[in-house]
Amino acid sequence: MSAFQAAADGLPDREPAIPRASGGLVSKRVVVGYGFWIFLLSDIVMFATFFASYAVLVDNTAGGPSGRDLFNLDNVALETTCLLLSSFTCGLATIGARTYNGLWFYGAMTATFVLGAAFLLIEMHEFAHMVALGAGPSRSGFLSGFFTLVGCHGLHVTVGLLWLLTMMAQVFAKGYRPDILRRMLCFGLFWHTLDIIWVALFTVVYLMGAAR
Amino acid sequence: MSDAAPETGSRHADSAPGDARLGTEKAGEGVGSYVIGLGLATLLTIVSFFVARTTLVWEPSIPVALVVLAVAQMGVHLVFFLHITTGPDNVNNVMALAFGVLIVLLILTGSLWIMAHMNHNMMPMEQLMQMQH
Repeated sequence: MSAFQAAADGLPDREPAIPRASGGLVSKRVVVGYGFWIFLLSDIVMFATFFASYAVLVDNTAGGPSGRDLFNLDNVALETTCLLLSSFTCGLATIGARTYNGLWFYGAMTATFVLGAAFLLIEMHEFAHMVALGAGPSRSGFLSGFFTLVGCHGLHVTVGLLWLLTMMAQVFAKGYRPDILRRMLCFGLFWHTLDIIWVALFTVVYLMGAAR
Repeated sequence: MSDAAPETGSRHADSAPGDARLGTEKAGEGVGSYVIGLGLATLLTIVSFFVARTTLVWEPSIPVALVVLAVAQMGVHLVFFLHITTGPDNVNNVMALAFGVLIVLLILTGSLWIMAHMNHNMMPMEQLMQMQH
């Protein structure tokens, strides 16, 4: 107790002190990052429920098309490439923000946006194609599960793109302030997590679906 | 006790997830981890797509191989992109991740297990429909 007090008094930090058992302080950046990490894990748990419902429903095609008839693995490979490269450029943008390097930050963020938007366009094209074939979400249990799972990921990517533009605007308007950099940390975590979910998605839905 | 040294705090302080231990002030340094991650992830992705399409691999082993490759790639993303490590500054992040993984595994195995048993115990749908008439 008194150890925290001594540590808190000793530091000229204007941010509220959060005591740790071993003494010393946790910076606000760590607290914010940890809280957002907890949120992302709960998001992953939500995706797990969608994965579970998809896996349960995958054979219930109600006489309609199965994944083997519908999935085009060339498209999926292209989507995977876009999202993986965007995750990489997002990492570069994180470094750019942390080192106050405008060229790196804006360049990498723009690349991330272009790649994310390309991913989304390919996915929407795929969805439109499936609906045009009569394989919409109401066709069978399998397709309901498919559109819920993959659509939810696409929705996350859409939100991520809006967030990305917001971050560029905020850095442009307010500069590399600590609070802006904390938001940037959260955005980076969010974007990398979307790519992790996509890894599970292309494996379980597309690759296993096409091999089935 | 009252004047416990706070200097250990700085050495063992927690890291935020996503923060690499850089200690550098120049862009260009710290890129290495992302480059390694990109290389490994690309390699694992290519192998995944190859395994799914090829006829060279014994067919029943394909789903297992795909799951192993996907888990490996998620590990690569966690370590090289999200910088979740096993270091002492990352204990909280790893514990939260472990709890998340536990819940995910419970949801997936529980759902698949119980639904497989239900399917097994269900009357075939045609007979069920006849009984309703």
